[in-house]
Amino acid sequence: MAARPELLAPPEIFYDQSEARKYTSSSRIIDIQAKLSERALELLALPDDGVPRLLLDIGCGSGLSGETLSESGHQWIGLDISEAMLDVAVEREVDGDLLHADMGQGLGFRPGVIDGAISISAVQWLCNADKSSHEPRLRLKAFFGSLYRSLARGARAVLQLYPQNIAQRELIFNYAMRAGFGGGVVVDYPHSTKSRKEYLVLNCGPPSLSAAVPNAKGEDGMSCSDDEENHTVTVSDRNRPRKKRKLDKTNGGKDWVIQKKEQMRRKGAAVPADTKYTARKRKSRF
Amino acid sequence: MRLLTHNMLSSNIKGVINGFPLKIEAAKVVEKQVDMNSDFLNNIFSKIEWKPFVDAAKTLGFSELPEDVDQSLLVSQEFLTKFHHALLEIHLEEGALVCPETGRKFPVNKGIPNMLLHEDEV
Repeated sequence: MAARPELLAPPEIFYDQSEARKYTSSSRIIDIQAKLSERALELLALPDDGVPRLLLDIGCGSGLSGETLSESGHQWIGLDISEAMLDVAVEREVDGDLLHADMGQGLGFRPGVIDGAISISAVQWLCNADKSSHEPRLRLKAFFGSLYRSLARGARAVLQLYPQNIAQRELIFNYAMRAGFGGGVVVDYPHSTKSRKEYLVLNCGPPSLSAAVPNAKGEDGMSCSDDEENHTVTVSDRNRPRKKRKLDKTNGGKDWVIQKKEQMRRKGAAVPADTKYTARKRKSRF
Repeated sequence: MRLLTHNMLSSNIKGVINGFPLKIEAAKVVEKQVDMNSDFLNNIFSKIEWKPFVDAAKTLGFSELPEDVDQSLLVSQEFLTKFHHALLEIHLEEGALVCPETGRKFPVNKGIPNMLLHEDEV
């Protein structure tokens, strides 16, 4: 697996034109993004009355997740830090409005106007300090504080994220709680390495029955989906057998060394001449 | 950027107490047809700050909105059409948003306002 993008470069640089292009050309990425945002919208649990809401898409990128929101009829405002990704979104003629903004600087919205927020694979970026002025804790605080303010009472925020480790998940969750949110983490397919997805489901306002954290998918060993049945990890698969080291008896020995030296000579390398000292074992007192 | 977004946006520069409404400097305005949904308009109506909304619409060249409104107007189809047009169909394509307190300009390019703050504004 490739290295985590968070470790490679800041988001506005990592998501450059070539990376942004992938979000329009790769059907695999498009498919994953659509599935994640559908699930996020489901977890958002908006009232089922057919009334379109005003939603926020944090880290909207090229607007793939926003498309899911538009399909359900909602109006949305998307924000992203990468200009290249936003350019792709403009090209795709997404229905929502786009803002070029940094979530770590706080969201500039009036209080209580947003009916719900989703974010797909974005919030873990806040844990990185990419500039000398960045302090992850302050950025998390600014983000969750401003998100809490701009959400209407009783509204939800569903943040899908890839925390790097347990400490990072704790950090993000703690700052969400400190901002006043209630809620928890929903882990879909916890037993699968591939389709395991974490969603931070946050409620704005007092705890209530409707604010209970929804159930995760695939928690009781349920398979991920029909077509992915073959991908589920069984216990025997989990402990992959160690690669056995090649046992090559021909290694070492005078014949082997001479053969290798000959080989290097044929390649034209400068190789010392073969003498009686070649490949001789050292005395033990050396 | 539509006026719906403008009505929700406020300047979040450090130290600014009332960052709403952002003044609009329009250089290019476009209109795009969108299907009307009266449920959405009914739902969003209570959240719209009307005075800044009317002012913003005027800046973008649409002055048919009434100055004073209340909930009862929402049954009128004529009002809804105007409301819908101003809210969702007029786009600020090029121009700037200006913070009412500090006068800081947020440029708008290709319909995307650049709300990134400088390091000393956070």
